[in-house]
Amino acid sequence: MFTSADLTAFFLTLQLAFITTLILLILGTPLAWYLARSRWRYKFILEALVALPLVLPPTVLGFYLLLLLGNNGPLGYLMQSIGAEPLAFSFTGLVIGSVFYSIPFVVQPLQDAFNNIGKRPMEAAATLGASPFDRFISVALPLARQGFLTAIVLGFAHTLGEFGVVLMIGGNIPGETKVLSIAIYEHVEALEYANAHLLSASLVLLSFLMLIAVYSINGRFKVVRL
Amino acid sequence: MKLTAQFQIARSELLSFNFDISAEGITSIFGVSGCGKTSLLRAIAGLESHANSKLQVGDEIWQDENIFLPPHQRSIGYVFQEASLFDHLSVKDNIGYGYKRTPIDSRKISVEQVINLLGIQSLLDKKPAFLSGGERQRVAIARALAANPKLLLMDEPLSSLDQARKEELLPYIETVNKEMNIPILYVSHSNEEIGRLADQLIFIEDAVVKASGPISELLTRTDLSLAHRRQAESLIFAYADKFDENFQLNYLSSEVGTFIVPGKKLPTEKKLRLRLVAQDISITLEEQNDTSILNIFPAVIDELFEENKAQLTVRLKINKLPILARITMKSADNLKLEKGKTVFAQIKSVAVLA
Repeated sequence: MFTSADLTAFFLTLQLAFITTLILLILGTPLAWYLARSRWRYKFILEALVALPLVLPPTVLGFYLLLLLGNNGPLGYLMQSIGAEPLAFSFTGLVIGSVFYSIPFVVQPLQDAFNNIGKRPMEAAATLGASPFDRFISVALPLARQGFLTAIVLGFAHTLGEFGVVLMIGGNIPGETKVLSIAIYEHVEALEYANAHLLSASLVLLSFLMLIAVYSINGRFKVVRL
Repeated sequence: MKLTAQFQIARSELLSFNFDISAEGITSIFGVSGCGKTSLLRAIAGLESHANSKLQVGDEIWQDENIFLPPHQRSIGYVFQEASLFDHLSVKDNIGYGYKRTPIDSRKISVEQVINLLGIQSLLDKKPAFLSGGERQRVAIARALAANPKLLLMDEPLSSLDQARKEELLPYIETVNKEMNIPILYVSHSNEEIGRLADQLIFIEDAVVKASGPISELLTRTDLSLAHRRQAESLIFAYADKFDENFQLNYLSSEVGTFIVPGKKLPTEKKLRLRLVAQDISITLEEQNDTSILNIFPAVIDELFEENKAQLTVRLKINKLPILARITMKSADNLKLEKGKTVFAQIKSVAVLA
């Protein structure tokens, strides 16, 4: 069965994934909307930046975050000077790292969903007296619901499996930064294959179930939508 | 309601659309495909903004050098070519969308009223994806009306429908015009549709508004290309007077005189629109009695316009109403037709449009 240390890692991971997804939804929705609607010539630069975590080794991302957040980094220095805890090797630091790490998994499905709505429903809403914010809430968000579902699940599932970034900026503090993937790695190092198995299998099952949910629900929506 | 517009629309060529009309009933923005009709309608709605443009609707300025009201602040209803309903809302919520956003003291038309007017009671709980093309367009019209607009804008609402669906939807547009006191701007390139619906035309040609005014006047103005088309026509309004059961003939009274039209009995209370095709009108000097033609009226020649070496468009005045006839140069020469001469117009066929 799960050891209590494993359970702590498990819940810490869920907590991290939940908070990360929430922050990404709050920040990613306006960003995705901007990317879908903007006619700025150099928009592709932003799009490339958003996609960067897809191709970078997580250790590279983690390394630069460490430089940024560590005690000698600009952000770490700032935190120190206002008397706050340093961000590296803390849960908050992990959240920041995960947000960067999972950006494309949230922003890209949202951007696609907003693109697919097209201009027309928004124009129709405008002629019916809806202000830009009103029509974003009453038309764009509900029409992009498939995109939100995909974004939430992919963002959550991707954060669950995070390893490289955590290794660089999180370390291995139980209850603070020791997430599932680290725990599994530790078990393997210690040749505790049964424990590693249990955690790995839970992660496979959880991720699989979430993806099944997305694909089944999105599939059904497609049948209804024209 | 007075509508004054000056639009400068920059495309591959500069479109310059200026007009000043008293919008009542259905005003059709008419011109060939690609002439900028839709751009004009979108500019009126505020969906596109163009520099150096002005728009005044009634006593409100919607656009000038300093002001540009965004679409949601203009009291309009807009019916797009494709219905563009909200897929995530039921028919009822689609219709309620604009109504809910209309200030309470401007709500003169209720949701129930538009539902009845457009006959969509049975569709209310459905999602747009389950409607036919014609049903969808009816819901779109209902949704636009429920927003209680001052001005209803329709961009070729029939163009995405097949002929049978068009016939099905046309009466609804006529009803909306009759029952609701809302001026309609109706974009169309279809001769059929404007003949059937339009009271006024805003006629676009060569990147400008060539003329605007009552449709029967514009169709017969020889300074416009409308009168020189192969299918040039005149439009007369009439009411059914009496019906001859024996010969199945309708007697229709109009300002021109009484037209006799064969066919089923026409409703007496309805304003009918008669289309007289210029090719079907011949001219005689004496009133013919031994002819099969039933509709013969005394007329005065108002203008002769040479179309080519063979053909001539004659603008006749019958009781001061202009009617076009298309005849050959040879006939004109034989009859020695000239401006002011009194003749007889023989109208071979009359199409009752509505």
